[in-house]
Amino acid sequence: MTVLMTAPTRRRPRRPPPAGSGRARGLAVSRALLWPALATSIVLTQIPFVLTIYYSLQRWNMLRPGDRGFTGLDNYVSVLSDGSFLSSLGATVAVTGSSVVLSTLLGMLFAVLLDRSFLGRGVARTLMITPFLVMPAAAALVWKWSIFDAATGMANWGLGLVGLPPVAWNTELPMVTIIVVLTWQYTPFAMLILLAGLQAQNKDVLEAAAVDGAGALRTFGSITLPHLRQYVEIAVLLASIMLLQVFDPIAIMTRGTGGTKTLSYLLYERAFIGLEVGEAAAYGVMTVLVTIVVASVALRTLFKVFSTEGVGR
Amino acid sequence: MTPSRLRGSLVTAVTWVLVLAFFFPVAWMVFTAFKPEHQAATVPPTFAPDFTLDGFDAVFNRDMLPYLINSLSASVGSTLLVLVLAVPAAYALSIRPVVNVRDALFFFISTRFMPVAASIIPVYLLLQSVGGLDNITWLTILYVGVNLPIAVWMMRSFLAEVPRELIEAAQLDGARLGTEIFRVVLPIVMPGVAAAGLICFIFAWNEFFLANLLTAQVARTTPPFLTSFVDGRGQFLAVLSAAATVAIVPVVLAGWIAQKQLVRGLAMGAIK
Repeated sequence: MTVLMTAPTRRRPRRPPPAGSGRARGLAVSRALLWPALATSIVLTQIPFVLTIYYSLQRWNMLRPGDRGFTGLDNYVSVLSDGSFLSSLGATVAVTGSSVVLSTLLGMLFAVLLDRSFLGRGVARTLMITPFLVMPAAAALVWKWSIFDAATGMANWGLGLVGLPPVAWNTELPMVTIIVVLTWQYTPFAMLILLAGLQAQNKDVLEAAAVDGAGALRTFGSITLPHLRQYVEIAVLLASIMLLQVFDPIAIMTRGTGGTKTLSYLLYERAFIGLEVGEAAAYGVMTVLVTIVVASVALRTLFKVFSTEGVGR
Repeated sequence: MTPSRLRGSLVTAVTWVLVLAFFFPVAWMVFTAFKPEHQAATVPPTFAPDFTLDGFDAVFNRDMLPYLINSLSASVGSTLLVLVLAVPAAYALSIRPVVNVRDALFFFISTRFMPVAASIIPVYLLLQSVGGLDNITWLTILYVGVNLPIAVWMMRSFLAEVPRELIEAAQLDGARLGTEIFRVVLPIVMPGVAAAGLICFIFAWNEFFLANLLTAQVARTTPPFLTSFVDGRGQFLAVLSAAATVAIVPVVLAGWIAQKQLVRGLAMGAIK
């Protein structure tokens, strides 16, 4: 993300070079170790992004290869005036927002429950991380056909057990199906981060609270939650960044119907079905801008943690 | 039983109910995979089916193996390449002095946040022009680009935990850089390398977007292949479940076995 490359201004003093080797040599070695990775990353991500910006300023449909040329910001004008961008932005925010909130809340619940010691805790944790490991394409297919199918799905069978009428999940509530699947896959992720937070808690403080006669709820509210704040932020932000680009369940379950056409799916449709290179590139740039807004918040939080810990100590 | 112990067992029971509910879709998928097709999608659901391996037979009759092999080579290949690039880079960032540690780290982590949307169109057009579509090597290289930043970030966190004194002692002894890395540092951070490798492997194995778009027949990987089991004409749930089960087994087993590394890796990558 080139825009974000304006790095933090405060710089730590450089560590003194290791004894017995020249400072210049140490630096040269470090650069030699660093550059292969840096160059690979630049070639594979930054250069294509620059090309995307360039394409977004072009009139270019693959069906009309002769009619190609510079159009300035025309693509952006049509993207913004089209209406599909705004509705797609809305869909992205709705899908990402609800899945992130739900998985963080559920993740918190499971983290607290699985932090206690109880019979079979190890097995329970193993089962709980599984949804995060399941291939998203497999998850989407199984949820759509095995759980949400209107006639034979388990969801409607469950509703029937408690006397509720069946629901046409896939056709009438596509948004719900997407959010459920994403929440299911990301709850373990949130849980793992929050569990790490719970385990990093200072046990003495908790004991002191117990000695002082604070109840479990009171201790959780006034000691554990404030301590977890940072971990919640990280879970929310990382999940948001991953979910902003989510594609698999939308392509597999809804194909963008019922208000689920997120930015990444819209771009895919325009570029690879509509073959509108210029316009799709403009969508790409806009998607990056949206992500930057979220990512810069995320990066700030990560670096706050990072600087209190110190670079390499 | 005292009230507090009673409450404890109650919470444990609730925990187990919730955990099993969460795990249910996976369990049901595996269960369905062992059903004959006519018992897979029934009303009400069949809970005591005639267990069969027909679904798995059908999956391999449809030639799933080449797709699994493509997935395996793209995942293993990209993971190894990522580690070869990421470990030295992370080493330079955390142990050796580099001028702009923060700038470089900042760069890596921000590329991780860049959506595929930012680069997919030029990548597609470039691959098309050099005949690189439907080619597993190119897909592998692209996965390196996707996973490299995560690996650098995680390895930096793991390397930061290596006691500085140990490295300084090695340097005082006049150890060469190679010795310093391979004999002193690498053995200590091996669990970290495993964790970073595992997470890169999982992401690559499960990747759908690039695989779906950039491969067709020859280099097709498992995730896009799975979608071909949805059949508009007849019942397909047992075969689909069998295929999905085969597809998730490598990663789920790896994740279960290396759970400690996985959790540590995610926590390290996320928190530090």
